[in-house]
Amino acid sequence: MSEPLLTMSGIVKTFPGVRALDGVDLEVREGEVHCLLGQNGAGKSTLIKVLAGAHQPDAGTITWRGAPAVLSSPVAALRLGVATMYQELDLVPGISVAENIFLGHERARFGFSRRGAMRQRAVGLMRRLGHPEIRPDREVGLLSAAGQQLVSMARALVHDARLIVMDEPTAALASDEVDNLFRIVGELTAAGVAVVYISHRLEEIRRIGSRVTVLKDGRTVASGLPADTPTNELVDLMSGRKVEAVFPVRQASTADERREVLVVRGLTRHGEFRDVSFTVHAGEIFGIAGLVGSGRSEVLETVFGARKPDAGSVTVDGRALRPGSVADAVRAGIGLAPEERKSQGLLLELPVAHNVTLASLPAYSRAGFTDRARELRDSRATLERLDLRPADPRRLVGTFSGGNQQKAVVARWLVRGCRVLLLDEPTRGVDVGARAELYRLIHELAAEGVAVVLVSSEVPEVLGLADRVLVLREGEVAAQRPAAELTEAAVLDIVMEGSAVSEIADVTEEAV
Amino acid sequence: MVAPQRELTAQQGVGKAPPSPGERKWSGGLSFDVRLAGLLGVLLVLCAVGYATRPDSFLTEANISTMLRLAAAIGVVSVGMTFVIISGGIDLSVGSIVALSSVWMTTVATQSYGPAVMVLCALLVGLGCGLVNGLLISYGKIVPFIATLAMYASARGLAERLSGRRTQVVTETGFTTFFRGAFLGVPVLIWMLALVFAIGWVVLNRTTFGRRTFAVGGNAEAARLAGINVKRHTALVYGIAGLCCGIAALMVVARTTSGASTNGLFYELDAIAAVVIGGTLLSGGRGTLIGTLIGVLIFTVLNSIFTQNNLDTDIQNIAKGVIIIAAVLLQGITARRRRVLKT
Repeated sequence: MSEPLLTMSGIVKTFPGVRALDGVDLEVREGEVHCLLGQNGAGKSTLIKVLAGAHQPDAGTITWRGAPAVLSSPVAALRLGVATMYQELDLVPGISVAENIFLGHERARFGFSRRGAMRQRAVGLMRRLGHPEIRPDREVGLLSAAGQQLVSMARALVHDARLIVMDEPTAALASDEVDNLFRIVGELTAAGVAVVYISHRLEEIRRIGSRVTVLKDGRTVASGLPADTPTNELVDLMSGRKVEAVFPVRQASTADERREVLVVRGLTRHGEFRDVSFTVHAGEIFGIAGLVGSGRSEVLETVFGARKPDAGSVTVDGRALRPGSVADAVRAGIGLAPEERKSQGLLLELPVAHNVTLASLPAYSRAGFTDRARELRDSRATLERLDLRPADPRRLVGTFSGGNQQKAVVARWLVRGCRVLLLDEPTRGVDVGARAELYRLIHELAAEGVAVVLVSSEVPEVLGLADRVLVLREGEVAAQRPAAELTEAAVLDIVMEGSAVSEIADVTEEAV
Repeated sequence: MVAPQRELTAQQGVGKAPPSPGERKWSGGLSFDVRLAGLLGVLLVLCAVGYATRPDSFLTEANISTMLRLAAAIGVVSVGMTFVIISGGIDLSVGSIVALSSVWMTTVATQSYGPAVMVLCALLVGLGCGLVNGLLISYGKIVPFIATLAMYASARGLAERLSGRRTQVVTETGFTTFFRGAFLGVPVLIWMLALVFAIGWVVLNRTTFGRRTFAVGGNAEAARLAGINVKRHTALVYGIAGLCCGIAALMVVARTTSGASTNGLFYELDAIAAVVIGGTLLSGGRGTLIGTLIGVLIFTVLNSIFTQNNLDTDIQNIAKGVIIIAAVLLQGITARRRRVLKT
């Protein structure tokens, strides 16, 4: 057997508070399609960023064609022969196809760009990719998602890369486009180019994959498996995260006998999700599971009025909410702890107290003047109740750890006395100890009668906390069952079953 | 303060406990941090230079009064600008709005109604222009730079048209007597400056409105997701800036006893400069009116040093530029230090 093209061993990458990669091994041979499998947060995105030179590993070695290599920057990686097609297309929309392909390494002579030569090369590349109708002068922003994908691929090809990383390349493609993509992948591998392929669709892996490496919790749990490894074996490898221990015990909910609080009917946003219906009772924890891009966060934000639905209704305590109005949702008693805590939830430059009262300012003012004494008192009481340490409401919220910041967002809605709490990835970037506290807090809130809707990428978290679970797959409800009837493997199965290629355009990038 | 120890399972190992953050606290707008102290130091040094070069005249009551009266109009404009910049915007049209207000309130027709109507006219014209800016920005979704650039051009154009590019002398003596007068020995203009600053400070630091201004500028999406009407608030903030321009127009007209379309030239640049060296983040969400006040005074004292010593204004402009750059560089350094603290 020939020497492997690329060997990565013992790769470790730590971000503040998170060990994203904790000893990853990967070996890629020439001319193979090597598939990377793993749940959200398993470390796939971080790994390919290391491979692309965008992240520097803290430990581990990389060997390229038998010699040690350092991927110190994206340019260094390209020079070595590693090209990456990111899931979120990294193209400049306002300039032409040819200019995008040659972006950063324009052909020039005496300082004048050789537009003719670049155009010719671009024409040749698009013909090779089976789409000669995409002219080099077209503005990239005017192309379809599939067209942009092809430009992105042309960009990888123009470097004569020996290894091309493709992160969910089919996510935005229609089925005939997928066939075309696979034909190109076939041509590439026949010419000896290696492809590292990331996809959640197992049938694609069966179709074009040579070997499979499975990641879990930042580690390689299986490497170099044949692509025809049975599904249940792969799912088993991907699941079974050891976090169950931290879920607090909770007596069986009597939710069904209680009052319906939140009723969602036929909620639809074209291109994001279709016909989503569910009911949440007082004191119930309702989980929504699904892959990144399945429409989870979009559903939550639409319920909250931050996005306007194309169809469907949201009712709280029997009162229909005005579609697309956050103010109305807040008035009705809904609170949202958004997915991106820092960019959507917090005012990092302001003290905790200001963050906590942000949604209830009218209640904390007299004739427009803020009642600062009461604000401080109530904030402090809430922080103590949530065990947010240190419980000093005057500290700037940006100085707190992730878990405590999340508590500050929750505190905002507690102060307001909310009836429905929507939690989007509440434990992202939160360390284990703080997670356990957040879990306990969620239970307490439910026990007090708050209807909780929980979205999480981590299946065990949803199963461990929720009474009932809704599984979203490519914007559609794939299952809705009591959590007790589901296992992690069963949920993964439902999620991955949906290999039917559809045209969900809005696919967000998987979080690190 | 020591971060509490957490139990970490070996399996996840999730790095270190959060670093113990500094004692960064909120003091309700009264924060007098190192940077403000530094600014005050610069102001004192400039005063010392002024005194050293002209010991006979610089720190006299007459000169201080002159300096403050000259600072009054730009100071009031800077209060409005501070609101706009904290809310995450920019207003390039303030100088033109001052010109338009000053012209409109001094037309023969307006003056014929007496001083009260003149004052009302200036305030309404300013407020109106500001609200037009705000509505275009928030509901018309035009970026602040462009919307206020358009107002910058057209408000001054309208002022020129109204006045026929002639200086309109104030003949209404009631107006001049009052605004050029003094109260308790202090000129009315200086009282107005102090009053506007005081009201601005209270609104910014003690009211719901001020709280929302910080929220909108610090993180508009978070503010929106907390149920705040970000659009309406943005429109109102520009309205405040316009109202301040109307007040500044009163001051300019009182000082020069005339309204002209050339009033308020370059006020936008002076106001932005004062706000920025006062420590307000140009990207919004953080800032103080006290810093802005010191910023205005620094430029005023600088100006006085040059005129008292009969120096050319070209050197003065160079000095101004250097001060702006030095202040912003300093901000960059402190911002970087804060970021290190955070991670």
